[in-house]
Amino acid sequence: MTTLTDPPKEHFRLSMLLYDTRYRSATIQVIALIGFMLLAAWIISNTIQNLEALGKPVEFGFFGEPASYDINQRLLEYTSRDSHLRAAFIGLLNTLVVAVLGCITATIVGVLVGVLRLSNNWLVARIMTVYVEMFRNVPVLLWIVLAMAILIEGLPAPNAFRGDNPTATMDLFNSVAVTNRGVYIPEFLFSRGLGDIHLFGASSIRFNVSLDLVAFLVVLGGSIFAMRKISGWAAAKQEATGDRPTIWHIQLGVLFVPMIILLTVLGFHLGYPELKGFNFKGGTHMRNSLIALWLALSLYTAAFIAEIVRAGILAISKGQTEAASALGLRPGRTMRLVILPQALRVIIPPMISNYLNLTKNSSLAIAVGYMDITGTLGGITMNQTGRELECVLLLMLVYLCISLSISAVMNWYNNRVKLVER
Amino acid sequence: MKKSVILGMATVAGLAAGAAAAGTVDDIKARGKLNCGVTTGLVGFAAPDANGEWKGFDVSLCRAVAAAVLGDASAVEFVPTTGKTRFTALASGEIDMLARNTTWTFSRDVDLKFEFTGVNYYDGQGFMVPKALGVTSAKELDGATVCIQTGTTTELNLADFFRSNNISYEPVPIETNAEAQQQYLAGACDVYTTDASGLAATRATFEDPSAHVLLPEIISKEPLGPLVRHGDHEWGDVVRWTLNALVSAEELGVTSANIDEMSAGTDNPEVNRLLGTEGTLGEMLGLDANWAANAIKAGGNYGEIFATNIGEETPIGLARGLNAQWTDGGLLYSPPFR
Repeated sequence: MTTLTDPPKEHFRLSMLLYDTRYRSATIQVIALIGFMLLAAWIISNTIQNLEALGKPVEFGFFGEPASYDINQRLLEYTSRDSHLRAAFIGLLNTLVVAVLGCITATIVGVLVGVLRLSNNWLVARIMTVYVEMFRNVPVLLWIVLAMAILIEGLPAPNAFRGDNPTATMDLFNSVAVTNRGVYIPEFLFSRGLGDIHLFGASSIRFNVSLDLVAFLVVLGGSIFAMRKISGWAAAKQEATGDRPTIWHIQLGVLFVPMIILLTVLGFHLGYPELKGFNFKGGTHMRNSLIALWLALSLYTAAFIAEIVRAGILAISKGQTEAASALGLRPGRTMRLVILPQALRVIIPPMISNYLNLTKNSSLAIAVGYMDITGTLGGITMNQTGRELECVLLLMLVYLCISLSISAVMNWYNNRVKLVER
Repeated sequence: MKKSVILGMATVAGLAAGAAAAGTVDDIKARGKLNCGVTTGLVGFAAPDANGEWKGFDVSLCRAVAAAVLGDASAVEFVPTTGKTRFTALASGEIDMLARNTTWTFSRDVDLKFEFTGVNYYDGQGFMVPKALGVTSAKELDGATVCIQTGTTTELNLADFFRSNNISYEPVPIETNAEAQQQYLAGACDVYTTDASGLAATRATFEDPSAHVLLPEIISKEPLGPLVRHGDHEWGDVVRWTLNALVSAEELGVTSANIDEMSAGTDNPEVNRLLGTEGTLGEMLGLDANWAANAIKAGGNYGEIFATNIGEETPIGLARGLNAQWTDGGLLYSPPFR
């Protein structure tokens, strides 16, 4: 029989914070934390004090003042009488446009190049290697400037389209004008449109929602829902009878018929660009600053994405490919059904940081005069009001929010595709 | 413990730096060099020549100030700034003065906390278009694409002009004059707008300047002048009176050719006071007695600086116009040296 006696209860003494290994690391960490916070507080108070001494206390009242400058690319209506906050909002939308367009294009190009780099065709694989090495080893700013220079110097000015014997002509049955001021493409117009809803009254984030677009999206959503129901029905029938009914013509009908009816009712037609005065009028104007930035950012980031995709594919053991071919799958289907789904779990995490990079690199927009948020809030507004600290802090906050949103979405997606281990 | 010592030291260093920032003249003398902010390159106003030496109208002012303070017109460190970076560079102390065809406006003077020390060029915003367009007035520019330097007052004037005339335009914001020139020549914009002097300077560098016209409209007042930070009035006085000395020298007939002769003493007491042979004006500024003589020797008086850099004999070919002496019907009017 053994008796257990409690060890003598040790009383906590202050010196134990330093000499007792159980507490020592905590002590050091707390001291370091306090030191760090003191340093941060000193920097902040020093900044505020110095700004006060300069007579420029930190305040954000200038955002309500009229911006007084014009912005060429504006997704929402904006005039020079709108506030600085509105200008910043327009800039933010421009940043988002180029970021979204860039991420989509970079992903498509990147995946294609990544797969092709592993091609058995020597020439194709080498060409892709050259592409990747060229783009990722030159700073993206140079690519942006180069793309802009090519667009400006290489394409005809709107002037060249003028006269009886023009040196340049419009493409695609006179519907697209490619000029050195941008590309004019036909726009969608509705002669019996439903009008707009105005949201947020007169605040700086006010915007109009086109009811035509809403109606279109509702019909499209309904059609897709119906299509899924139909294929569900077909699958159920296949399970029950072993015979899959032909449904593709019904699917097409469900998809297109309601849409065509809706477009006819709304009086849908295309508005073509036309040379009037100094410039083309009508149609949608994609400025060459947007095109240059978009192209350069997506091709640059695509080079990195290609490498990530290649790494992801190579990470899947050869046995998988062999097993798939043993089952009789063709190479294309092996890639699509066996390799890529497994590769995704390796690919997604580094992909997030590339999307973030692309978004942050879009702040180089000012090099080509694209009015993103760095150009409006961090450029003209900052310069005209002289509120450097406020503008830069706000700018950092905006990029932080955009980046965190991208990462949240991508992490959610990553959790969905990652390998479920049992 | 250690950390607080470091913090304390950092604080002391910070305070010392703050205290040192007050005496700009002393700083410049200790450094032996004047840091002067200029444009990134606008021929005639500030641009490096073939030998890499900065030349131009604004550059001459920097040299005159350096000569007044240090007695050496070459003791200048030229810091190229863009329309966007110039104010930050000045506010942060990276440069001592800014001579970069900067428009004197209320908000820059009062809100941005700068001190404009005078006007060295009375200008206004104009438009340049290719002759082939056949445009004769800025009011015909409805729908035109306009190249514009971002971060300048011209950007704001442009918005106001088109708005008040109820015509539309497409702005193409650009960082530097060189980029604007490239886009304008490639036809990516129909119109280039900036200060009329800048347009003339830019046009002078074109292969065929006669193919481009300046439209008659001048849509704004652009008094361009040198500026310094708020808070150091002694330094502001030095820059202000150096500019005034150059202007007065022209009015009084003091040129770089006859200055040595005049420095020996003349019958005109104002010339004597200006050149330091009489009175203690230099001492009052905290400079040598011959400060103004040095400034004038650096590049000549205002008229000479104008003529060598942007005058009618140069490719830029600007007439004196508003920038003539008040005695010739211009706006140049220096307060008396007394």
